[in-house]
Amino acid sequence: MAVVAEAQFHVLAVDDSLMDRKLIERLLKTSSFQVTAVDSGSRALEVLGLSEGLTSSSAVSPAHNEIEVNLVITDYCMPGMTGYDLLKKIKGSSSLKDIPVVIMSSENVPSRINRCLEGGAEEFFLKPVQLSDMKRLRPHILKGKSKEQQPQEEETSSTSISSNKRKAMDEELSPERRRLKLSNYSLI
Amino acid sequence: MESSDLQRRYIDFTSTLFREGFLDSQYTQLQQLQDESNPEFVTEVVTLFFQDSEKLQDDLTRTLDQEVVDFKKVAAHVHQLKGSSASIGAQRVKNVCMAFRICCEEMNREGCLGCLQQARQEYFLVKSKLETVFRLEQQIVAGGGSIPTMW
Repeated sequence: MAVVAEAQFHVLAVDDSLMDRKLIERLLKTSSFQVTAVDSGSRALEVLGLSEGLTSSSAVSPAHNEIEVNLVITDYCMPGMTGYDLLKKIKGSSSLKDIPVVIMSSENVPSRINRCLEGGAEEFFLKPVQLSDMKRLRPHILKGKSKEQQPQEEETSSTSISSNKRKAMDEELSPERRRLKLSNYSLI
Repeated sequence: MESSDLQRRYIDFTSTLFREGFLDSQYTQLQQLQDESNPEFVTEVVTLFFQDSEKLQDDLTRTLDQEVVDFKKVAAHVHQLKGSSASIGAQRVKNVCMAFRICCEEMNREGCLGCLQQARQEYFLVKSKLETVFRLEQQIVAGGGSIPTMW
């Protein structure tokens, strides 16, 4: 296998609708991402090397025949495991928690958006997802990568929302950060 | 028919679709995602929309036909139909779904039946118009011409 220059990132897309999977796949490929598209949260966890029923401690380590995923983008409303459930499973796994997760939904429900952001999601996209939304993915991947490389680096508000929240559960998401995210969507 | 005539007809026809609200900018987005490496992208996605929608309409008919209507189920089907129609830019179908959703919340069976009928109407309208668009595109390409870009 040829070694490709760093540029190509791998996104795992999760959506139970075939139509939406086709769309998100095309959007991602057009934006130069490598894509794996699956139809359920449980399939997503399989791809990530974390099978349902196993605790994170028994997860297959990245060294074992597993594709490296740089970002997960998932629909919110799915039968069985919702996008939120998937988000929690990823963030609750020691091996996967640093993978940025983006949630998509066709419904603009502020409480839902809040819940996802507080659950560790980087972004919340309203469907139908636009080509311009794809530009917002790379920064999250790059932030994650730099965190990986320099774990001692001082935490900035933009990279470590989830760890901030774990440290101080009653401490709210920094107001500017939340406003920045929520202001992208009309909540009226 | 001459290629330029076909192209003109295509431009007129598609502009009208946008003007009359059958299609919105999401359809244009789909067209922009199509290229030489994926020359059938739009027709593939639209075909999925046709399949999805027809199945959902059948599901809706069945669900509304029950002795006791499960409005949560109806709402779930409507939600899916709304999502699919929004994804391809089928604006009128999407708009009916929004009204349909309200009838579900009000548990209004008659209202729901009315919305279903409207949704069916709008669906078949946009379906036939899209089929015309694709036919025109095929004719243009067959005649050696290129499909005009509408943006």
